[in-house]
Amino acid sequence: MIPVDPIEAIPATDHADSATNTAAAAPEPAVQVAGLCKRHGQATAQPMTLNQLSFTVRSGECFGLLGPNGAGKTTTLRALLGLTPFDDGRIDVLGHPIPAQARQARKRTGVVPQMDNLDPEFSVEENLRVFGRYFGLKRPQIAERIPALLEFSALTGKRNARIDELSGGMQRRLTLARALINNPDLLVMDEPTTGLDPQARHLIWARLSALRDSGKTLLLTTHFMDEAERLCDRLLIIDHGRAVDEGSPRELIARHVEPEVVEIHSGVDRTWLDQTIAVGPPVRVETSGERLYCYTAEPAQLLAALHTGAAGAGPFLHRPANLEDVFLRLTGRDLREDA
Amino acid sequence: MAGDRRFPRPGRGSVAVLRRQFLAWRKAAVSTMLGDLIDPLIMLLALGYGLGGLLPEVDGVTYIVYIAGGLVCMSALWAATFECTFSTYSRLRVQRIWDALLNTPLGLDEVLWAELAWGTLKALKAGIFILLVVVVLDISRQPQLLLVPPVLALAGLTFTALALCFTALARSYDFFIYYFTLLVTPMVFLSGVFFPMDQLPAWLAAAVSILPLAPAAELVRPLLLGQWPAHAGPWLAQLAITASAAIWLMAILMRRRLLR
Repeated sequence: MIPVDPIEAIPATDHADSATNTAAAAPEPAVQVAGLCKRHGQATAQPMTLNQLSFTVRSGECFGLLGPNGAGKTTTLRALLGLTPFDDGRIDVLGHPIPAQARQARKRTGVVPQMDNLDPEFSVEENLRVFGRYFGLKRPQIAERIPALLEFSALTGKRNARIDELSGGMQRRLTLARALINNPDLLVMDEPTTGLDPQARHLIWARLSALRDSGKTLLLTTHFMDEAERLCDRLLIIDHGRAVDEGSPRELIARHVEPEVVEIHSGVDRTWLDQTIAVGPPVRVETSGERLYCYTAEPAQLLAALHTGAAGAGPFLHRPANLEDVFLRLTGRDLREDA
Repeated sequence: MAGDRRFPRPGRGSVAVLRRQFLAWRKAAVSTMLGDLIDPLIMLLALGYGLGGLLPEVDGVTYIVYIAGGLVCMSALWAATFECTFSTYSRLRVQRIWDALLNTPLGLDEVLWAELAWGTLKALKAGIFILLVVVVLDISRQPQLLLVPPVLALAGLTFTALALCFTALARSYDFFIYYFTLLVTPMVFLSGVFFPMDQLPAWLAAAVSILPLAPAAELVRPLLLGQWPAHAGPWLAQLAITASAAIWLMAILMRRRLLR
C-alpha cells in the first residue's frame, strides 16, 4: 500500500552553503520574474514569445501557470532554469539572479519535464543514484535518500525494474522522485500529469500536496483546470506571452465569470432563448459548437423555462462556474494550432 | 547560452556524466568490445595476410606490417565516430538524457567535455586493442609502441569533436549519411591506411591530408616500424588545431541547438 506521508522520512536538507533552512519561513519569494521579454529569432517582425511577463511565486506555495499551447509556459520555465536567453527583464530564483547564478539555483531546484527523460540504460534505483551524482551528492547521501524516495513514489517493489517495464504513471512518479533527489526547495513541473490515467493523476496530486505541506515551493504548468483548481494556491493565466490575470482560483472565478452556468446541449430555439433571457435577470450566452453556455448569477428563471421543455431544448446542465470557464473567457475558445 | 561563442570550459561536473557513460557501457561491455576487436582484426588478417601475400613489400616492409599502423588509427576513427554520431544523437534526441542533465546544476560545457572525453576514451580503447593484436601476432614489438596511445588520444579527440559537429546539426539519423559518405569513407580509403599516399594524385593527397586520419596514420605507422615520424611537429600541430577548431564549432552549434 501507499504510505500516507513518507516525505517526512526524507532526510533534512544539506544546503549548508545557503539560507535554505530559513527560506520556508522567510518572506523572500521563491521566484521573482519582472518584465520578462523574449523573442525567438532575430526579426523584429516576429511576435514576442514572452512580453513583459511579471509574476512572483511565494515561498511555500503552489503556483500554477496556465495558458493555451504556445502561450509561453514552457519558455518561461526554461528561462527560470537558465536554459534559454531572454531579451529583457529580470529573474531571481531562490535569491539567485538568472542566468548569472542559474547553476546555483538549479542545485536547489527539482525539475519534472513535460516529457519523461528517465535514463533507459538503468533500473529504477540506478536512475536515482546516477541522477544524484549530477548534483555532486556523495554516494552515502544518495543511498540514504533512495528508500524514502522509492516509498514516496510507491516504487519500492519496482526498484530493480528497467524503465521500459514501468507504466506511464510509474515513470511519472519516478521522474518526480528523481526531481527530489537533491531535496530541492523549489519544484518546477511542466504538465506533471499530462497523459496519465485518473488513478495515476490522483496519486501524483496526493504526492504534490504532501510536498507542499512539507514546505516546498511548487511551480507547475498545466492544461487541466481541475488540477489547477485543486492544487494551486495561486494562478497566472498567460496568453501570447503576456500575463492575462493572476490570483487564487476562487478570486479568478469571482472576477471573470458569473457564479453559475447553465449548459444547454443542443436544439434549443435561439429566438425563444433570447426572449426568455430578455425578460429575466442578466444572462451572458456563449456558443461553442452545438452547445450554449449561459452565465448568470440568478439562473432560477432560465431553469424554470427550460424545465417546461419548450422550444426544443435538449438536455441541459446546471453547475457552478469553474476555472475552465475563466480560462476560456480570458483566452478564447479558438483552437491553438500554432504550437 | 545560444549566443555564447566562447571555447567550452571543462568542469568537475563532467566526471559525473563520464561516470554515467561508463556505468551504461559496462552493461553491454562484452558485446561492444567484441565489435571493437573483431572487425579491425578481420581486416588486419584478411588484408594483411590475404592481400599482403600477393603484394611485394610496401615502403620496405611486408604489407601486414605496413597497414597495421593505419588500422590502429582507423579503428580509433570508427569507434569515436559511431559513438559520437549515432550514440550521442540517441542520448541527445531520442532518450533526451541531455535534457535531464541540463536540469541539474551541470552546465552544457561540462556535458560537452564529458562527451569529448568519452569519445576519446572509446577511440583509445579501440586503437589499443589493435595495438595488442599487433604485439601478440608479433607484427611489431618496438619500444616506440608506447608512444602510440598519446597520439591516439589526440587523434581520438579530433575524430570525436568532428563527429559531434555533425551531431549538433543532425535532425535525424539519416543526416549522418552525409558525414560518413563525404568525410569518413574518403578518410578511411585515401589517408594512407591501405597504401602510401604518394600513390594518389598530388591534389587529392593534399586534400585528404587536411582531414585528421592522415596525420594520425603518418604519426603512428613509423612508430610501429620502430622509426621516428618525419614532420611529427607539423602533424601534431595540425591535429591539435583541427581538434580545437572542431571543439569550438561543436560547442557553438550545440549551444544554438540546446540553449535556444
